[in-house]
Amino acid sequence: MAKYNLGFFGGFVLTLKQVLEPRVTTEYPKEKRPKPPRLHGRHVLNRYEDGMEKCIGCELCAAVCPADCIYVRGLDNPPDHPVSPGERYGYVYEINYLRCIHCDLCVEACPTEAITESKMFEFSFTSRADAVYTKRELLVDDDGRPQQLPWEDWREGDDEHTSGWMRATSPSGAKEYEGSVQWSAELGYGVRAPEGGQSDRRDDEATGNISIREVQRDKIPVRYGGRVR
Amino acid sequence: MDQLFAHGVGLAVILIVVVKVVVGFAALLGSVTMMIWFERKVISDMQNRIGPNRAGPFGTLQTLADGIKLFFKEDLIPARADRFVFRLAPFLALVPALLIFTVVPIGGVVTIAHHTVELQVADPPIGILVVLAFSSIAVYGTMLAGWSSGSKYPLLGSVRASAQMISYEAAMGLTVVTVILEAHSLSTRAIVDSQATAWWHWNVLRLGVVPFVIFFIAATAELNRPPFDLAEGESELGGGFHPEYSSIRFALFYMAEFGNTITYSAIVVTLFFGGPDGPGFHFVHWLWPILWFLGKTGAFLYVQVWIRAALPRLRYDQLMDLGWKWLIPLSLAWMLVVAGAIESLGWLFGIIGGCALLALVLWRAVVVSRERRSARGSLLPPGRPFRVEALPPRADAGSSASASDLRSLESPGKVGG
Repeated sequence: MAKYNLGFFGGFVLTLKQVLEPRVTTEYPKEKRPKPPRLHGRHVLNRYEDGMEKCIGCELCAAVCPADCIYVRGLDNPPDHPVSPGERYGYVYEINYLRCIHCDLCVEACPTEAITESKMFEFSFTSRADAVYTKRELLVDDDGRPQQLPWEDWREGDDEHTSGWMRATSPSGAKEYEGSVQWSAELGYGVRAPEGGQSDRRDDEATGNISIREVQRDKIPVRYGGRVR
Repeated sequence: MDQLFAHGVGLAVILIVVVKVVVGFAALLGSVTMMIWFERKVISDMQNRIGPNRAGPFGTLQTLADGIKLFFKEDLIPARADRFVFRLAPFLALVPALLIFTVVPIGGVVTIAHHTVELQVADPPIGILVVLAFSSIAVYGTMLAGWSSGSKYPLLGSVRASAQMISYEAAMGLTVVTVILEAHSLSTRAIVDSQATAWWHWNVLRLGVVPFVIFFIAATAELNRPPFDLAEGESELGGGFHPEYSSIRFALFYMAEFGNTITYSAIVVTLFFGGPDGPGFHFVHWLWPILWFLGKTGAFLYVQVWIRAALPRLRYDQLMDLGWKWLIPLSLAWMLVVAGAIESLGWLFGIIGGCALLALVLWRAVVVSRERRSARGSLLPPGRPFRVEALPPRADAGSSASASDLRSLESPGKVGG
């Protein structure tokens, strides 16, 4: 970084130099900045690769929720066409987004990785009823993609990424666990890549782990690691 | 004397005057909206931002949008306000801002229907005094706005603003005197004409650069613009003298502020930079002076915004120090030197010697007073009166020391000796 001599005229020189610098502004509704890897967005209910729902209706998520925003009712699987591989399945699943604080404790509590969070947070409703997402809105579709609702602002590729928190490995910083996958495959995606840690075994493309400096390169001067001369 | 009225006042003359007034008014109001946009764009350029870019091409209609918004907002008058004065004050601020511009020559002299028309709204014989008079009246707008709001922060803000404006008006008036001495006339047209034909005839060089610098600083302070925007203190006073104003009344203050910025840049150009003077061409010969005037004024407007971006605010005592202890003595001395130079060489050196002697005596007096201030027994720290320094830890914190301190507090007259 250049060292500026801020004497009496230094301020004038500095401000005049800034005129030629690139603008750092991101004009938000027109363009979006990349989201942080572990951003907590709205939830999705996942399915196994064979299309079975992962949720077993155990209500642990509802029990752990500090904002009391989740309502779950489990039901015994019908023997002839089971919804989930377990004994029971989530018959009712509702999240009230006027209460949700996106703490991700439900994701931590879930024994089957049924509920995870996407990075999608740009949604607004015009009625309280719309704020309650039911199973119909939360469950991924037959391609494994989250469902796009009319009041949500999605861009191309926004639904590709789930919150990196779900795919964090190496608990307690034990390096022998880093990058070792301990989660099940998902419909449409297979086994998701682990979040990039300290090792070389990282798949930033899949996890959406792109540094802002990388993405905003066109707005950052060369001497700060960007592309603009 | 305005040459337009030399052969009596007929219908054509009245028509020309009306057209000049309307065109001048519209041009000033239009340039005020553009100035607000210009300031926001330039300052955002200097801060790596984009600035207004939504309303109209490059955001040029942003000011219009803001004005429409303000117009439709609720017009509040505080319960404890003096209603008549409260309503009057915005106009006392705006009208002088518009009127000052009337004496600024924005172009050369043209002939319309056998009438000699100077391209300025009015050319009264008192000329430049109109500027000083109306800028004094603008102080009333500031003062009364704060006073009539019936609230303590506007009052404090207006006291600050008007004290500042009055202080800097003195230095400003003294530098204007140097220009008048050089031009032998008060008329702005005559002042511009006296600088015509070449850039080395411009007053900024003929008078030495000092009067220009003083005038520019004083004008910035007069405008309450950064770094002298003491009336506005986000942390302590809010908007300064107008926090109780809303709706279109607030917009009037805002327009006055930016109108004054334009006007004072134009006055600087008129007094020191030859006004519309500059090389022209033979085709459309009336256009070039106007372009020169606009270019010079625009340059000074850019400098005003640049100063705002570059300099931090002064503290209030620094502001008063700069005005009273530096600018006023300096402008007074420079005025005497200019007067001496015009009279004769003997007077010039006599006055320079006298000023130097006076400055020496003044400096010695300041030094002596500082020494007395820091003399033994004084509770005040040495040096500048407002500097806050940690007092040295006392060797004995016994009762006798504090008793002597109390004694010296009771009889401050004995401190020095």
